[in-house]
Amino acid sequence: MPTTNEQIRTTAKKLLEEKTVDCVIGYKKGTVPMREQPFFAYTPEQADELIWSGFCTNNLANFLIGRKDKVAVIAQGCVSRNIVGLIQEKQIRRDQVYIIGLHSPGMLDHWKIQARFPNKRIDQVVEEDDQILVKGPGLEEQVPRKDVRRDNCLTCVQRNPVIYDQLIGEPGQETGGGNIDKVAAPWEQLSSDERWQKFEQSFKDCIRCYACRDACPLCYCNECFVDESHPQWCGKTQEEADVFTFHILRAFHCAGRCTDCGACESACPVGIKMRRLTSKIEKDIRDMYGYQAGMDMEATPPLSVYQPNDPEDFMLK
Amino acid sequence: MSDKILSKTEIGSFLDKIKADYQIHAPVQKDLELVWAPIDQAEELVWEFSNTDLSPKSYFFPQTESLMHFKNNSQDPEGLIMKEESPLEKPRALLNIRPCDAKAFQVLDKVFCRDEKSLDVYWKDKRDKTLLIGLACNNPCPTCFCTSMNCGPHHEEGLDILLTDLGDRLLVHSVTDKGQALTANLSKAGQEDINEASRNKEQAEASITSQVKMDNINSRNVLELYEHPVWDQVHESCINCGTCTYFCPTCHCFDIQDETQGDFGRRVRNWDTCMSWLFTHHTSGHNPRGTKKDRVRQRFMHKFKYMPIKLEGAVGCVGCGRCTRKCPVNIDVREVVSSMNS
Repeated sequence: MPTTNEQIRTTAKKLLEEKTVDCVIGYKKGTVPMREQPFFAYTPEQADELIWSGFCTNNLANFLIGRKDKVAVIAQGCVSRNIVGLIQEKQIRRDQVYIIGLHSPGMLDHWKIQARFPNKRIDQVVEEDDQILVKGPGLEEQVPRKDVRRDNCLTCVQRNPVIYDQLIGEPGQETGGGNIDKVAAPWEQLSSDERWQKFEQSFKDCIRCYACRDACPLCYCNECFVDESHPQWCGKTQEEADVFTFHILRAFHCAGRCTDCGACESACPVGIKMRRLTSKIEKDIRDMYGYQAGMDMEATPPLSVYQPNDPEDFMLK
Repeated sequence: MSDKILSKTEIGSFLDKIKADYQIHAPVQKDLELVWAPIDQAEELVWEFSNTDLSPKSYFFPQTESLMHFKNNSQDPEGLIMKEESPLEKPRALLNIRPCDAKAFQVLDKVFCRDEKSLDVYWKDKRDKTLLIGLACNNPCPTCFCTSMNCGPHHEEGLDILLTDLGDRLLVHSVTDKGQALTANLSKAGQEDINEASRNKEQAEASITSQVKMDNINSRNVLELYEHPVWDQVHESCINCGTCTYFCPTCHCFDIQDETQGDFGRRVRNWDTCMSWLFTHHTSGHNPRGTKKDRVRQRFMHKFKYMPIKLEGAVGCVGCGRCTRKCPVNIDVREVVSSMNS
């Protein structure tokens, strides 16, 4: 049976040769361990570079925004949900995108892998079914894949694509095995003071590179509120007030839209867990509105409409 | 200047000598990251590491730095008059800084201290008051390419002292008079130690397998490089975040703003990034670098073409590899420069 990589390449080549699409967006092998590169194949030859691994941790839906040509994109569950979101929000048209769907194996967290080998250099990680083999100078050790999956992949509820034009391989198990409600809001039970403390601690290392925002397929505003200068809503400094304003506001802007794809955390160069904010909001939207972003193209995103019976328990009276 | 030898068991007393005049900062382990922090004891030092995640450039060029302050009250006779910030109080020693980072500051001296009339007083004050004690790299990372960027794993330029780890002891090589004064009391190194250090140097240099050539970049004119087809492809995967610029030891662009809160006001400068569209956005609404391609091209052209032209050949890169290690979409500076050179 052909490998996933072979199937992706064959599919991409055919689409390019038959001119079904102008470009196939996928990944090519990264030049550093534990990171692959989003890749744009325009010719059948370039399609030979496409790969698929547990380190394809960007969200490729992000690269569809603003494209004028017809493109194919490789999409697992979360990416397909973001494509649905972008279609609902009229950022892309369905007929413009050819979705090459595939089941997500659950992506890997390079921080968790590094944490297993403190202060050791990792030169290569080889994926072998349920295990990964970590190699470096004086290092060759197997680690169970499930122990180093990204948090969001552990609690994933939709590993198969929700929409696709062609499916690579077979559909697989739908969930990641973790209970999202148990971990989505780790700070929920804390007092307000403790929660603030946790929040401060979690976000204090932010260097405001905005990789989280720029990796996110929801953050397509022409002008992000942190970049607005007339008026300037948010200061530019490293003072807590400025840094925290950015993160809190960004999280709220994702309410009802976030698919918990984890691209923000994977992109962050200092390892901030910004899902502590967004996964709580995702849970609230689920609890209050019975809505999960990007699952159904026909559904109406709850925060885009007003219903007389909208929940309002959270409003301050 | 003669080389000295320092047993690792005697580092404490060497630190005491430094501490008399300087506050010591060094790379220390914090959770998963290696970070720069003030240290007090020799036990806090780490000897086996590649390099800190963030470069130590914020010691001279903090991400947020108040340049001056004022009383935000136009009725007050003292109001709205800018007051100087106080200079750095106690001199600092950056211990175990990697040679590439020290070299980066020399490059930045050419920018911030171009001539006497336009000195950046904030940069210069901290530079003048900081001692750099380097630790040679015996085991460079696979992403390092310092030897292609006028630098190297045992490079001395920009340092006051270069230490070479010989296991249980350090070879201490003074580069400047300041360094010489601090190491005067240490015992003289034997020829065997000196030989071992130079073997380490050779091995370290040989272990750097990434070679990046710039000959064609240097010989081509600016417009030819500007129109190079590489830019059509490199920018595609870029998400225009600021990670590469903020982790880079030589990126030095900033934005200045006036801030007020109640009675207090200040003029503050913050790191800025050419990856952001806002960086060049004009008041008129026009943006000379309006597309992602323009911005990605700018970063590499600035480092590898414009800076060498303007700064007597100094390249805006020391080959530390941080941008490549940290980029969320794996844009590899070595590949980009090689493509520019092709």
